[in-house]
Amino acid sequence: MQLPPFQRFLDDHREPVWRFLVALVGRQEADDCFQETFLAALRAYPRLRNGANLDAWVLTIAHRKAIDSHRARARRPIAVADADESPPADGPGNPDPELWGLVRRLPPKQRAAVALRFVADLPHVEAARVMGCSEAAARRNLHAALTNLRKEWSR
Amino acid sequence: MTHLERALRESAPRGDADAAALAARRVAARAAEEGGADIAYAIVPSPLGALGGVCSRRGLLCLSYRVERLDELLDVLAGALSPRIVESPARLDAVARQLEEYFAGRRQRFELPIDWSLARGFARRVLRATADVPYGNATTYTEIAGRAGSPLAVRAAGNALAANPVPIVVPCHRVLRVGGGLGGYAGGLERKRFLLELEGALEG
Repeated sequence: MQLPPFQRFLDDHREPVWRFLVALVGRQEADDCFQETFLAALRAYPRLRNGANLDAWVLTIAHRKAIDSHRARARRPIAVADADESPPADGPGNPDPELWGLVRRLPPKQRAAVALRFVADLPHVEAARVMGCSEAAARRNLHAALTNLRKEWSR
Repeated sequence: MTHLERALRESAPRGDADAAALAARRVAARAAEEGGADIAYAIVPSPLGALGGVCSRRGLLCLSYRVERLDELLDVLAGALSPRIVESPARLDAVARQLEEYFAGRRQRFELPIDWSLARGFARRVLRATADVPYGNATTYTEIAGRAGSPLAVRAAGNALAANPVPIVVPCHRVLRVGGGLGGYAGGLERKRFLLELEGALEG
């Protein structure tokens, strides 16, 4: 199987990547991360091995860009992004936007573990590959994240 | 699944198809502008129907009448030239503008760099010779075969023209049979006749 034209790859992956990034960094930062993700993917694209797992590959890049974005934001003197921490009020889509606000306050690895599990729907093996850690570490991250969330989230 | 896990799943950010599509269009536009993309394509309108236009860094690579098979063409290009292919109407702007002028009768020569990568050897020489046939003129397959260096290879010249990746701009419609028969045309003879009449090369 040869690589599809990049445009098709972009069209096939834009929605899951968008969702994943909104979950990780919020709506406002998602757009920049999305641009960075796919422009980086375009640069590396022809060097991909045939039969590479494109789904996991693009999420790996998106995950890295989300971490960069968080670091950049942490360095900024004024937290400008707080106003949009919750996803836009879009009626039926978000019964509990606050819960995901809590997710975005978790440490980066835990946050990624939650997004990979509940947004990207990846099994632990794949999530581990995206995060560049062992499967056991991926499980531990998710477990720690759920424990932390349970403390904060009362309902 | 625990209550918390169910809540995480149910309240996960929803897909926002419009936002994702918009963001993807900006990626494609930036890839085309900033040079990340090796190949850009767009649908270009014309009185002969929509055309699939494809440009490389060197110039116009294809102008296809078969828009419904553009995906297959892009697959071939991804394998043969580069998979860094994005949709970019902006990169096809000059092509679209010159075609519009041509069809409005305001342009007789295309000033577009052409990427000849898709034609090799004799076929490329045939297409280059055809590119020099002036507006409103007609020549013959025999004549073109000769100009491409093999006067006897008339059938091969016909095949090269049938496979012309950039019709209209490389005016294979100006090549007719000896005796004036229209010959063939990849876009169908209706289109060939239309182009020749547009240029005043056919009576009636």
